[in-house]
Amino acid sequence: MATPYQDRKIPAPTLNEGDAPYFEGAAQGKLMTKYCNDCKKYHHFPRPMCPHCHSTNTEWREAKGTGTVYSVSVTRAAGPVPYALAYVTLDEGPTMITNIVDCDLDTIQIGQKVKVTFKPTDDPKVLVPMFKPA
Amino acid sequence: MSIKGKAYIAGVYEHPTRKAEHASLAQLHAEVAKGAVEDAGLSLKDVDAYFCAGDAPGLGPLNMIDYMGLKVRHFDSTDVGGSSYLIHASHAAQAIAEGKCKVALITLAGRPRSEGRSGTQQRVAIPNVPDAPYEGPYGLVTVNMYALAAKRHMYEFGTTSEQLAWVKVAASHHAQYNPHAFLQKVMTVEDVVNSPMIADPLHRADCCVVTDGGGAILMVAPEIAKSLKRPLVKLIGAGESTKGPLGGNVDLTFSGAAVSGPIAFAEAGVKHSDIKYASIYDSFTITVVMQLEDLGFCKKGEGGKFVADGDLISGVGKLPFNTDGGGMCNNHPNNRGGITKIIEAVRQLRGEAHPKVQVKNCDIALAHGTGGSLGTRHGSATMIMERE
Repeated sequence: MATPYQDRKIPAPTLNEGDAPYFEGAAQGKLMTKYCNDCKKYHHFPRPMCPHCHSTNTEWREAKGTGTVYSVSVTRAAGPVPYALAYVTLDEGPTMITNIVDCDLDTIQIGQKVKVTFKPTDDPKVLVPMFKPA
Repeated sequence: MSIKGKAYIAGVYEHPTRKAEHASLAQLHAEVAKGAVEDAGLSLKDVDAYFCAGDAPGLGPLNMIDYMGLKVRHFDSTDVGGSSYLIHASHAAQAIAEGKCKVALITLAGRPRSEGRSGTQQRVAIPNVPDAPYEGPYGLVTVNMYALAAKRHMYEFGTTSEQLAWVKVAASHHAQYNPHAFLQKVMTVEDVVNSPMIADPLHRADCCVVTDGGGAILMVAPEIAKSLKRPLVKLIGAGESTKGPLGGNVDLTFSGAAVSGPIAFAEAGVKHSDIKYASIYDSFTITVVMQLEDLGFCKKGEGGKFVADGDLISGVGKLPFNTDGGGMCNNHPNNRGGITKIIEAVRQLRGEAHPKVQVKNCDIALAHGTGGSLGTRHGSATMIMERE
């Protein structure tokens, strides 16, 4: 059995104050993440206050865009086309919710190396990071 | 201050309907409320505290206290999904112990079947929810968030779909005796693993049912419980916790039960071998397996082996669970199963479960709820109850 990747309609996110740098980065092909200058750890999703040590001394950093699949579920009955919901652990450390795309979804394995790609939402100016086999 | 023995569950009621096309949401809440107070031998005029969660219409207590004509001096609308009602029971016991109230009513009701709400619907973005912009675009639905936990459990521990299927099989063995159960047919492991795949590795039969209806419980002060004609069932331990993606330190191998369970056991002062019956939240088969591990009924990673071969079936296995058929087969009103978990545990402790599934000498029982999502954020609540 094979389940080829198909494009699906992706709802554009409704941003809250402070979210713009992440999505401005995505529109330029950059995966932005948040780093804490006090505890020296990354976190995801990005916030002004580090959820690990509660410091507000955080800064935006561009991630390399490479990572490893932590878990994946090919979702077959929640919309018009199948899609692969996944957690990907970035090489910088944090694990993020995403989709795995541009491959046979049935071949995706936990532990597989992946790299970031950006897919448009229903607002063509807004792109979101997804991952494909590295 | 401990809540041990400070409050009794004097009334329980589960609505018999599984599809309530012609009843309003508020009406369902009122019907289960009346059922629970009458089960205790009291009336709604005796209620002096009210608890409800996000399933209640409008501003919860404001709308429902007015609708039902209650006169209360204490209320609480903590909402952490399906685990809310177990947390309400604990909070009601705290309030009773502190003298804030004596007769606390907790209700749950909903009409997801009539309204067409299920666990495969795409979530709507709600403004100001901080995680929404980073999750909404990726198609998170209830089933695939639990599926992420199941997939990782299989990867880490070798858990199989057949082992998960035993959770449904055991529940179906119990549901055959429940005339109100939504699914009453006994199922096999093959039936489960051959049902349509919804979100790998969870099949349709790995999921709970979608039902309308509801339930209510009535918690009372000890002197009131002892004045009533019902068997005495008291809360002896309770724990609550939340768990999330931990700022990106995601670990799907454990649930909030790893925190709430030990708190409840310590307060109750009982061992796992003392628990004669367990109501374990069964939104999905994986939920049961992970909670059994985290509550300490087996080692981490061995939940699949624990549930296999019928060990959850009453009269057969070592830990009878969800003898009403659970959320898997009986009822998951408003897509939230917390209150039915308490109700069946109380039936067991009273000796009022169906004779085919009644656990002999059931003196201590546990109920546990997981509300929200194992894969992202969830609330977790554990209750231990004893028959006096």
